[in-house]
Amino acid sequence: MSFKRPEHKAPPELFYNDEEARKYTQNSRMIDIQVQMSERAIELLLLSEKRPYYILDLGCGSGLSGSVLEEQGHNWVGLDISSSMLFVAKEREVEGDLLLADLGNGLPFRPGSFDGAISISTLQWLCNADKSCHNPVKRLYAFFSSLFACLTRTARAVFQFYPENSEQIELITSQAMKAGFFGGLVVDYPNSTKAKKYFLVLMTGGNMPLPKALSDGEEHASHVQFTNRREKYKNLKGKCVKKSKNWILEKKERRKRQGKNVRPNTKFTGRPRSGRF
Amino acid sequence: MKLVTHNMLTSKCLKGVNTGYPLKLVVKEIRVQSSDFNKEFISKMIPRLDWAVFVVAAKQIGHAGNLPDQLLPDYENNEELLKDVHHALFEVDIYEGELICPETNRKFQISEGIPNMLVKENEL
Repeated sequence: MSFKRPEHKAPPELFYNDEEARKYTQNSRMIDIQVQMSERAIELLLLSEKRPYYILDLGCGSGLSGSVLEEQGHNWVGLDISSSMLFVAKEREVEGDLLLADLGNGLPFRPGSFDGAISISTLQWLCNADKSCHNPVKRLYAFFSSLFACLTRTARAVFQFYPENSEQIELITSQAMKAGFFGGLVVDYPNSTKAKKYFLVLMTGGNMPLPKALSDGEEHASHVQFTNRREKYKNLKGKCVKKSKNWILEKKERRKRQGKNVRPNTKFTGRPRSGRF
Repeated sequence: MKLVTHNMLTSKCLKGVNTGYPLKLVVKEIRVQSSDFNKEFISKMIPRLDWAVFVVAAKQIGHAGNLPDQLLPDYENNEELLKDVHHALFEVDIYEGELICPETNRKFQISEGIPNMLVKENEL
């Protein structure tokens, strides 16, 4: 098992301790990445201009994504399982309301409360069984079905997450569809290992086309253009290339031997014409 | 925790609880913070609220202002009312206290403004 992934090290309420929570206020690189992903997630929500909205932030942590929501004028409510992260959020004086809750137990809200939901790097935590009573499939289903209920009927939920493998993607999407959501996966920068980001875009109000993924413009980088340049040399079998100087000289020699009328060789024989001609 | 969140919160995730709404409030300390008033947003939020629950909770914390017991039909144009609603919903923070499930009387602590909605395995 790889210990590079934080979700393999410890359950989220223990992993995000005071020390880890501190990183999310002091490490500018971490903050930048979180802010960028939050901005993209909010963009994928496709909110209309009728601002502001009442948004749910699932796994809000220290409230970095919430601050992005505030900047865009929205009201938000954040849920997280780590009290250390929430206290950091409280220290940062975010405007949104914070709740200490486990997403896998279902969301404790009345139906139709929220206009949308975002979640940054949280979903992969739900795929783990950290306690003997945890069943990831059941927890994901409880989470998605309660989320489906507490959103309005034209809402979207966008989850940025780091899937471990394709089975995990399938597990998550199948439970989301079972809960009643439409939608699917949007992969930004699919050809780059570092910039590649997975966004699960879920919709409550019927199936609509998914937003376009971002890419770096080299859409066909994985395809190689067909080339037949080398074919010419492949079928030669030791003979000269046709129309080359050697080929012309050889041909003239052969025809001379056959007693045919052949012009004598000069310095111009088999020389390509200049461009002027 | 603000009153808008209280208005949305239920204790449905507990075992054997059907509606779990409204949660009873026990207030020990409140703090008031001003925030920007947005008329459209408040009038959009009002239909989503359980008005009766909201008024009872606002009276309990003593920030009800002139909120009527019954919601008036033309609330969108009543700026005074919208401002009172905004104040009670978004500006009053319940800093210390408890939320109590109406069906099982399970207590959820609110400390430093953050309600603890975590439940143990045997309560699910």
